[in-house]
Amino acid sequence: MSYNSSYSPNYYSMDDILATQERIPCKFLQKVPRMGRLNPSTEENDLKEGTDLELPLWLAIDCSMGRQPVVAPELPKIFKENYREILKADANAVDLHKFSLYFYELGSYVKGFDHRQEVHNILLHTFITRFRLIMDLANNSESDPSIQQKLDMLERRIYAAGHAAASKLNKWLLESGAQLEAAVLVTNHKKRKRVDDDLIGWN
Amino acid sequence: MFAEKACNLIKELSRNEGVLPPYNMDLVKEVCTEIKLLDEQNKSDGAAVANESGIANYSNELYPTLRVGVAAVKRNVRCLMAYHYNRLRTLRTMRWEFGSVLPPDVKANLNSNEIEWFSKYSRSLTKYMMSLGDEGLNLGVNLRPPKSLYIEVRCLVDYGKYELSDGTVLLLKKDSRHFLPRSECEELITQGVFQHIV
Repeated sequence: MSYNSSYSPNYYSMDDILATQERIPCKFLQKVPRMGRLNPSTEENDLKEGTDLELPLWLAIDCSMGRQPVVAPELPKIFKENYREILKADANAVDLHKFSLYFYELGSYVKGFDHRQEVHNILLHTFITRFRLIMDLANNSESDPSIQQKLDMLERRIYAAGHAAASKLNKWLLESGAQLEAAVLVTNHKKRKRVDDDLIGWN
Repeated sequence: MFAEKACNLIKELSRNEGVLPPYNMDLVKEVCTEIKLLDEQNKSDGAAVANESGIANYSNELYPTLRVGVAAVKRNVRCLMAYHYNRLRTLRTMRWEFGSVLPPDVKANLNSNEIEWFSKYSRSLTKYMMSLGDEGLNLGVNLRPPKSLYIEVRCLVDYGKYELSDGTVLLLKKDSRHFLPRSECEELITQGVFQHIV
């Protein structure tokens, strides 16, 4: 069971909320009175025109729209040329989790800031290259579990779904799925309880 | 930074996937206060901007401030809504998996509105299931095609007395084994009281 994991424009999606919390570099195009506290490095009351500041994505998107944008967002460094080269060289070798927890979601938001479509292409390239790796992992779960740590959140969900499907299929082939089982939430609840009881026992 | 606290609410939920963490009343209240403060400020800024007419609106000095303020309120509201909505979704799944009675430690994590919602949801669900067919239909059972009418089960907990639909009363003790009609024990298996032995 997972919380709602569908993507934008889903208002309630927690993944989308967490992805739009990532900070990206921005430049202020207008003076913003009384918002000096957005910038921790000064004590002035007003935010000056031309200030460079890292803003959360939701604020940057909201303020860069319209006829008179307040800020001009820039590409985060993980989508800049240097990093794109790394991904082009071998996307499989990269620890995407370290790049960003929400690499693809963030990418699909910021790809609009880059007019040459480079970000668009690198997102596709990365996903296509790494998809085979994820599929392999999901079907052979006995292999090294630490490799999971290198996946970003979207890839982790795909991995978990693939893994669950593979084990369901196996079970059905072996036992034709006749056994009745406790619900997932119930089993989780019991496991937690066992841990809690153990802790109390120790004290 | 704006909406930091609201985002912490969401982070808390996403860390606890599959269980319900205690309802974070303190943080919710703090977020509400932040929204109120921002809203008051937006109102006064908005009044200043609205005083000028037409295109001059955009050139008002306070216009950018107003935009930032409104964005922050929208974000805070979104986080709050998502927090409550996603909790309810988990709660709804729990109704199907735990049955109409929640374990006490789960119940302790809910706030009073959520408890009320749960009992209302539970009631409408029962009402709906009673309205199906002639005698009602329990949608929580027979999720997998049955292979036999009777199955063997082992009891995992000291459950106490349990009455079958034909009136027989069983004493369910831990590790006792029973041979029962499948329809009688399916729900108890889902709730983790029985284990199905194949």
